[in-house]
Amino acid sequence: MIGLMDFILPQASTSATQVDFLIELIFVIVGVWFILAEGVLFYLIFRFRKKEGVKAQYITGEKHEENKWVHIPHNLILVFDVIIIIFAIKIWYGVKQHLPAPDETIRVIGQQWAWTFVHPGKDKILGTDDDVAKVDELRLKVGTTYHFQLTSKDVLHSFSIPAFRLKQDAIPGRIITGWFKPTKTGEYDFQCAEICGIGHGIMQAKVFVENEADHNKWLEGQKEHIVLPDFFPAAPMNPTIAAAPN
Amino acid sequence: MSAHHEMSFWQKYVFSTDHKVIGMQYMFTGMIMALIGGYMSYAFRMQLAFPGHEVPLFGLVTFAKYSALSTNHGTIMIFWVAMPVLIAALGNFLIPLMIGCDDMVFPRVNRLSYQIFLLSAIILLISLALPGGGFGGAWTSYPPLSVEQQYNLTPYANFLWLLAVALEIVAFLLGGINFITTVMNARAPGMKMFDIPIVVWMIVIASILFMASVGPLVAGSVMLMMDQTIGTGFFDASRGGDPILWQHLFWFFGHPEVYVVLLPAMGIVAEIITTFSRKKMFGYKTVFYTTVATAIISFFVWAHHQFVAGIDPRMANIFTVTTMIISIPIAEMVFVYIATLWGGSIRLTTPMLFALSFLASFLMGGVTGIFLGATGADIFLHDTYFVIAHFHYTFFPIAIIAVFAAIYYWFPKMFGRMMNETLGQIHFWGTFISFNLIFLPLFYSGLAGTHRRIADYRGFPELYPHPNATEILPSQWAQDMQVIATYAMLVLIAFQIVFLVNFFWSLFKGKKAEANPWQANSLEWQAPSPPPHGNFPPDNMPTVYRGPYEYSVPGRELDYWPQNEPPAATA
Repeated sequence: MIGLMDFILPQASTSATQVDFLIELIFVIVGVWFILAEGVLFYLIFRFRKKEGVKAQYITGEKHEENKWVHIPHNLILVFDVIIIIFAIKIWYGVKQHLPAPDETIRVIGQQWAWTFVHPGKDKILGTDDDVAKVDELRLKVGTTYHFQLTSKDVLHSFSIPAFRLKQDAIPGRIITGWFKPTKTGEYDFQCAEICGIGHGIMQAKVFVENEADHNKWLEGQKEHIVLPDFFPAAPMNPTIAAAPN
Repeated sequence: MSAHHEMSFWQKYVFSTDHKVIGMQYMFTGMIMALIGGYMSYAFRMQLAFPGHEVPLFGLVTFAKYSALSTNHGTIMIFWVAMPVLIAALGNFLIPLMIGCDDMVFPRVNRLSYQIFLLSAIILLISLALPGGGFGGAWTSYPPLSVEQQYNLTPYANFLWLLAVALEIVAFLLGGINFITTVMNARAPGMKMFDIPIVVWMIVIASILFMASVGPLVAGSVMLMMDQTIGTGFFDASRGGDPILWQHLFWFFGHPEVYVVLLPAMGIVAEIITTFSRKKMFGYKTVFYTTVATAIISFFVWAHHQFVAGIDPRMANIFTVTTMIISIPIAEMVFVYIATLWGGSIRLTTPMLFALSFLASFLMGGVTGIFLGATGADIFLHDTYFVIAHFHYTFFPIAIIAVFAAIYYWFPKMFGRMMNETLGQIHFWGTFISFNLIFLPLFYSGLAGTHRRIADYRGFPELYPHPNATEILPSQWAQDMQVIATYAMLVLIAFQIVFLVNFFWSLFKGKKAEANPWQANSLEWQAPSPPPHGNFPPDNMPTVYRGPYEYSVPGRELDYWPQNEPPAATA
């Protein structure tokens, strides 16, 4: 909307533009309110400084013509709250609640203090021999809709890619499915966003968003095949709800 | 309480049942804990600004130490500074004086409350010194990290930390019972419900809120302790438990807790802005009802801390609605406070400056909360420095600015001496400006994607510029912001020396205070400064004839009208 967020941090996924729109919308709304309220506060402080011989007025604030000064802003806030709620739910629905059909599915496993990413490989199907597992390295194709299946082996972790404006906690004993669609090639940070012990700060990974040719070249170079951790069930979870609890 | 015989030092200051002495015990304990909590923030902020360097007066901040410091900083500042000073110290000192009685109705329960509180503080401090160091699983203490020693690597501190918090809660339950019972039963003759000063109402409502919300946390703490010690599996997914359950129990308490400390701060500000603008409160009943509304709604917003924690995403929609709704009574309360200034005769004394700056900075805390309460935006902002900046813009005004306002305002009543006004003004400007310079930059760090509880950002190229970089990206300014914040914090700490000097100098050498130096209405100012044991002369207990905010009443020569002055005696 005003390009503030894009300036601070690149928007590298479809959800990033959505979330940033909401942040900037709220920024404009509450920014105006904040300036108005501070303006009135400071105006009153200067306007009604103590002057010799001038006595303060006696106002109870309980008469109708007095308390309208509180009730009108009160109702205006209600209106703006409704606007913010509508956009918040709309964007939340699109990013978290609604799960578009995936082109590929990856698995993300957190443990103290590293991330394991399982890429589906050339056949684009997880659980086959050509899966590629990488530690702290996630390789994505630009313009592809990914589902991720997220879990943890030990404590809570959190899957967070700031450039995607995406975050989801990983919980031991659950597999949480979500989605994202990278839109811009580049290298991005991947942070653990939930305190997970003394190595929390080194639980960092790299996300490489590549075009199809580069991605395939990288896949060609991957020789090792891995066996999936046995705590993953064969079938994915309820596909309609991104983060359905067990 | 009729016989006021001579007492030994121990009876008078250590095992006293006098509400004022217990209030002071809470206040000084809270001040000492604030110094410890502040020292912790000094150490970890230095690490953030200058990662990997030895911190003067601390040493190297390792990852384990960083986690322990930030965890215990948060725990101490909320449970051992904000709670004891705002509720216990001011509640104990002010309630009997402001409602015109001689003491709390359960003085021995009151003493027990402080003793348990002191024990809890000692346990917490011991936990920092044991092998493995202090607990480092954040003040929210989420399992499984807080349960399993193999994960948190603090074999003693994880249990002792929890025990200390649980004991602290017991102490405040005892204190809260006392506050509510006293205000309901021991008010001076003639003091009707709407003649009670707002700060007293706020402390009572906060105590009710605390008692109603803390049950699930106590239950959860016991479950967590059992998971830690005797091997139950309430929060262990591999044995049928659920780690998310703790988050619900914690935040069901944790969010009302924000209002538990906010309300007394709002009460303090109400007393001070009415006194120093010589104005009646604009809509006393509006303040009362919005407070009650806030307290009720605060029970229905807790899951906004858990939007991305793995709750059903449909549930988030409900909590974003309730969270937006709670902004309405809080905003209304702030509007009422601002409206109170209209037509006043404002004196910018030190307590008034602190009270007004509370409003100015709490507004920032309030509006930034909207970003986090909106589900869609919270997906990104959750657990970033934006959250840190946001809640410090609420907690710093509450626990520091409002408390300074209260100390400068009630110091003459507490100790019978005036504080130095010039030093007070220097302290105010130093504190207020440096506080903003600490936390405004951190909003930017958060928007650039800096996540919390990480000791060293050098591994994140988006946030920390490479030493040989020729071009700095906007997101890499996040690190410069950390440096600015750290320098501002050093300035903030330096200005607190001005306060300590003023406080202790005035305590012994300050100008003698008269009973009512601010010409205020409420009953505490009608007692001598400092009030003796029993507060008011036993044969002349106050009777109340009017509300506490009758300032500048038309037709009266004086611009104040004490609550206990008989109507016939016109000045």
